[in-house]
Amino acid sequence: MTEVLRVEHLAKSFDAIVALRDVTMHLDRGEVLGLIGDNGAGKSTLIKILCGFHRPDSGRILLEGEEASFRSVSHARSLGIDTVYQDLALVDELSVYHNMFLNRELIRWPVLRNRAMRRMAKQHLDDMGVNVPDVRVKVARLSGGQRQAIAVARSIYSAPKILLLDEPLAAMGAKEGALILDLIRDLKARGDVSIVIIAHNYAQVLDVCDRVNLLQHGAITFDRPTAETSLDELTDLVVAEYRNSRIPKQIPTA
Amino acid sequence: MITTSPPVALPRRFVRRGADWFLRIREASIILVTIGLVIYFQASTPVFLTEGNLITISHYVAPVAIIAAGQVLLLVSGEIDLSVGHVYALAPYLMHFAIDYYGVPVLPAIAIAIAVGACIGLVNGLITVVLRVPSFVTTLGMLFLISGITLMTSHAYPTPIPEKARSVASWLGAAPWAEITWALIIVAVFQILLSGTRWGLHTVAVGGNQHGASEAGVRVNRVKIGNFMIVSSLGALTGILESFYVNSIEPLAGGANIMFAAVAAAVIGGTALAGGSGTIVGALFGAIVLGVLKDGFNLIGINADRFDLILGIAILAAMVLNVYLARLRTGGRT
Repeated sequence: MTEVLRVEHLAKSFDAIVALRDVTMHLDRGEVLGLIGDNGAGKSTLIKILCGFHRPDSGRILLEGEEASFRSVSHARSLGIDTVYQDLALVDELSVYHNMFLNRELIRWPVLRNRAMRRMAKQHLDDMGVNVPDVRVKVARLSGGQRQAIAVARSIYSAPKILLLDEPLAAMGAKEGALILDLIRDLKARGDVSIVIIAHNYAQVLDVCDRVNLLQHGAITFDRPTAETSLDELTDLVVAEYRNSRIPKQIPTA
Repeated sequence: MITTSPPVALPRRFVRRGADWFLRIREASIILVTIGLVIYFQASTPVFLTEGNLITISHYVAPVAIIAAGQVLLLVSGEIDLSVGHVYALAPYLMHFAIDYYGVPVLPAIAIAIAVGACIGLVNGLITVVLRVPSFVTTLGMLFLISGITLMTSHAYPTPIPEKARSVASWLGAAPWAEITWALIIVAVFQILLSGTRWGLHTVAVGGNQHGASEAGVRVNRVKIGNFMIVSSLGALTGILESFYVNSIEPLAGGANIMFAAVAAAVIGGTALAGGSGTIVGALFGAIVLGVLKDGFNLIGINADRFDLILGIAILAAMVLNVYLARLRTGGRT
């Protein structure tokens, strides 16, 4: 398998808080990688570095073997990396199609090509099986699942090489979660996009991912194909971390 | 308008649909208020709809509408500029200094004055987005700072329009309909900017969900700073137009009065102070409502002391009606 993304010794701090200590990981073409870890382990920071939102303090990022440095979200996007953020990054006051084309608008200078954007947004959502009453409706009026689906649809619109999903299943009902999992499976079946998913539901991770990485205290501590691990093992790993982090403090060092 | 008196021949369904359509236009409520006021004042005094009086109203409306066009953009992007009324006072002095003291030709001198306005907006924007001082505070400080500069450099004396500038005076505000023509063109251009261009879309995105917009790669700081520069430039232009109209440059022209009038026009017209939504055409009608009230009260002889009281009530009533109609609009029907 060819490696589409590799990061080496990535570190990032915010003032006194060390978010990422030393992260080394890789992603193969067409692979779905699950990234798990407790709250505050640095998952979102890692995603935000990979999508160009934050810049790392040190370490390097290799994109298809070439060293890359992302100047901005738009720059990373132009290199084929797209993201669905935890907060979805949708603007309630804008319509579905304006959200889908936010910062990649179609323009006939100086005005927007609204009709073309409406048509393409509708076509794209229909193709993906996402059900929205009308692409002109403001996003504020949609359900949580519809919003999530639109955020995912937006991120794969430009046919990215790498898709980063930050907790795409958080706060979703079973039916809505199934819709997103189906979308991810469809993408996986296409085989040309590599996906990193952050998730808390380990059953879903095992269900849809090819490989799991565990991020603890700003470093990857566990890396194994999903076929060689289990729900119990993953749960134990995270719970063990919780126990270990508490017990040593009780023991006198002297 | 279609909605006011339904002809008996039309089935109720069509009337309902017409009413729905009209209510869905964001500016609907403020247009209704404007029409109501015009009918009321014309009924009270026959001189209301005469050419002379309409020109008078246009001079109340134009400066407020031009500044409001910029203020709406800035409010939609989630910020406010309190200093624009003082840029309005400073700009004609800058033009006067450039022409009379430095021998700059008239049009470049006006361009310089407007460019200085843009720079003041740039400073407001940089302090707000880079140093993260709330724009209310940034521009409050700038209000006093600019006011001080105007008073010091002018020695607080009014001054006549530069002789050399008389050639351009008529189309820059001295002719009866010049100022309102500028206002209508500016409103049209900036409404298209807000609702039809990438800049406008990003302005709404930044005001609606700043974090989300930046995650989507929208250059939040650039949008905000740009809108600060637009308001300030329009303030400078308005000050110059107004000085040509009154044929004199006044150190205490504009100020907080015109700035608050523009914010009031924006808010009456349906712009959210919290950002994320607004309309410049609505602000134009807001300015018309303010101008019609002021002029109408003068005509029917309400004394100046009572004027503010009634104006205040009128603004509150317009706002309540606006909020009520907005709720009707979003309630269920798309």
